[in-house]
Amino acid sequence: MSDTGSQPAHQAGRSLDPHLGRYAARTAGMTASEIRALFAVASRPEVVSLAGGMPYLSALPLESLAADVGQMIAADGLVALQYGSAQGTVELREQICDVMALEGISAHPDDVVVTVGSQMGLDMVTRVFCDPGDVVLAEAPSYVGALGTFSAYQAQVVHVEMDDAGLVPEALRQALAAVKAGGRRVKFLYTIPNFQNPAGVTLSVQRRAEVLEICAQHDVLVVEDNPYGLLGFDGQTYPALRSADPTNVVYLGSFSKTFAPGLRVGWVLAPHAVREKLVLAAESATLCPPAFTQAVVSRYLSQHDWKGQIKTYREAYRERRDATLAAMEQQLPAGCTWTKPQGGFYVWLTVPEGLDTKAMLPRAVTQRVAYVPGTAFYADSFGSRQMRLSYCYPTPERIREGVRRLAAVLEGELELLHTFGTVQHRRLSGAQTPTPDTA
Amino acid sequence: MSDRWVAVLSGGLSHERDVSLRSGRRLSAALRSVGLTVEEWDADAGLLERLRSNRPDAVVVALHGGEGENGSIQSILEMFGVPYVGTDSRACRRAWDKPTAKAELARVGLTTPGWVVLPHSTFRELGAQAVLDALVDRVGLPLILKPDQGGSALGTQVVREASELPAAMVGCLAYGDTVLAEQFVEGIEVAVGVLDGTDGPEALPAVEISPTTGTYDYTARYTAGLTEFHTPARLTPAATAEVGELAVAAHRLLGLRDVSRTTAIVAPDGTVNFLQVNVSPGLTETSLLPMAIEAAGRSLGDTFASLIERAVTRGPR
Repeated sequence: MSDTGSQPAHQAGRSLDPHLGRYAARTAGMTASEIRALFAVASRPEVVSLAGGMPYLSALPLESLAADVGQMIAADGLVALQYGSAQGTVELREQICDVMALEGISAHPDDVVVTVGSQMGLDMVTRVFCDPGDVVLAEAPSYVGALGTFSAYQAQVVHVEMDDAGLVPEALRQALAAVKAGGRRVKFLYTIPNFQNPAGVTLSVQRRAEVLEICAQHDVLVVEDNPYGLLGFDGQTYPALRSADPTNVVYLGSFSKTFAPGLRVGWVLAPHAVREKLVLAAESATLCPPAFTQAVVSRYLSQHDWKGQIKTYREAYRERRDATLAAMEQQLPAGCTWTKPQGGFYVWLTVPEGLDTKAMLPRAVTQRVAYVPGTAFYADSFGSRQMRLSYCYPTPERIREGVRRLAAVLEGELELLHTFGTVQHRRLSGAQTPTPDTA
Repeated sequence: MSDRWVAVLSGGLSHERDVSLRSGRRLSAALRSVGLTVEEWDADAGLLERLRSNRPDAVVVALHGGEGENGSIQSILEMFGVPYVGTDSRACRRAWDKPTAKAELARVGLTTPGWVVLPHSTFRELGAQAVLDALVDRVGLPLILKPDQGGSALGTQVVREASELPAAMVGCLAYGDTVLAEQFVEGIEVAVGVLDGTDGPEALPAVEISPTTGTYDYTARYTAGLTEFHTPARLTPAATAEVGELAVAAHRLLGLRDVSRTTAIVAPDGTVNFLQVNVSPGLTETSLLPMAIEAAGRSLGDTFASLIERAVTRGPR
């Protein structure tokens, strides 16, 4: 003992978590992580955050909304502050049908389920359809929050290639064939057809029909997530997949981008039989969506020029998109390429070969700029050369400054690459994804 | 004592902001529980105005990394004449820089693993492979790479094969421009808190760190359950005494004040190796200093309330 300095007998230590042996297997990845720690800095005003997908709420008429909410409580408080239906209020479901009509959807309010943000809709759909080990197809890359949901239900994600016109139909066929050949079952295709998160690209109208046809042929459900469809910069909307196939498409909608995310009001539009199950699933999850925020949205839709507000948002985001693309063109080093979004919130940047966007994140935070590394948008660790840049929240001036700082980070990384050559970058410790869209 | 009101500084802009916010929240709750009036302040652009217009009896610096440990915030508090808990700005600068602290301790004959300090520019100007080869020759394998400044194990990596070095170096340089490459010593890792008392600095019971994953990285530090702690550490009486003496020696030698935490490795042959010292130790639910305070039979709130009284009595310096 004297030569080791330690006592030989093993004694159990203190673990700080008395519940350690009780957790479900699906919590294995729920750990503290370096990447989430770095994102804590991104919320400070000194940092230009091109990371979070936070809508530009300064464009909202806050005083008038405050007056409306006050009046609503005075007039309808006994209803708005009470429990409600698990499916959501009839009034709001009717209004939601009017909103969806803008993208060609003809729907009955009975087939709409109001949810606590469309994220809850996605969670319910996955819960209803996926057993552990089932396969979900998703675009490559895909929304980080969706990947988190699929992982929580222990579904396996198989990514499908995209190009500038969105999901590639031939790649979809190949993915379906490969999964089938592997003896596994695809439960649904998860797709964001408009101004996709994170890639910023839009599925062409021609491909929409082809994607629906392929899925129908292979008996695969389509889950269409469409939070950005009304935010095309030229005002153009695209026909929703659901508009062409009411029986095989489950549609997720949201007021988070067209109104305000703090209200957490979204919805699912589903065929009758699916809707019945979703209502029961919703009931067990939340009992009912908040009557209060539903009443706020209903009043907003009936009393305000909400289409005018969407136009205001579109113009703000177009100005920011323009500032982002111009700054990237002027400042980013050679070898960088990026998408050219026609709507929505995001640009997808590919950096020169040999760089790793996750490994360089600490340097970026030191330089006071933040982005989301591309690997967050893949379930299979691809995306190390990519990053998502969000232009929705910062002012154009801040965006230009952020891109300038990002360019300096990339130059520094290229210098390291020049010094050490291409290396296999280490993983940051802990969970590999940031909190979806709030950094 | 209950009339005192203090500002707990936490957050800041370092990579350890998240940890610092948690430290600040826990310390503030502990101080309120013993009757102090506490405000939690972020170290941001509004700090100077708050110090002017709403001067507390004392400040407790719960910032980790960067300006909270390199003496910057302490310099500000000294300029404003505000009493504060913790090490003064000059000593902070010595302790914050890991190679400087190691050199100071080595100078008086204390044991610390062999090390080399290498800025990025050295690799760029002399050629990476040649420098890496020389590094392996000098320090040997395995070795551990750390940013020369910073905490929470961010950027720290153990390298067991020479082929792993370039990637590890790039990962480490993401957190700063200079790397501390240190001989990796197997053994029992312990953290020893030191508190200044009426009879001088006193070592708290050593906390032994035993990560279930084998590596005490960021995730193992801040995920409850991923590390087992033994308090007191499973050391012989002689080794227990020696790690305590080492921590007190580091505290005295580097001129630290009020509170510090030294990390050391007790090698299989019983040698106690100094690794680093921290002037603003973590105070989160999974942090080591609160465990040591508890093991000494004290409470976090009472302990820091006493340090606040010392700071107020000492005055602004």
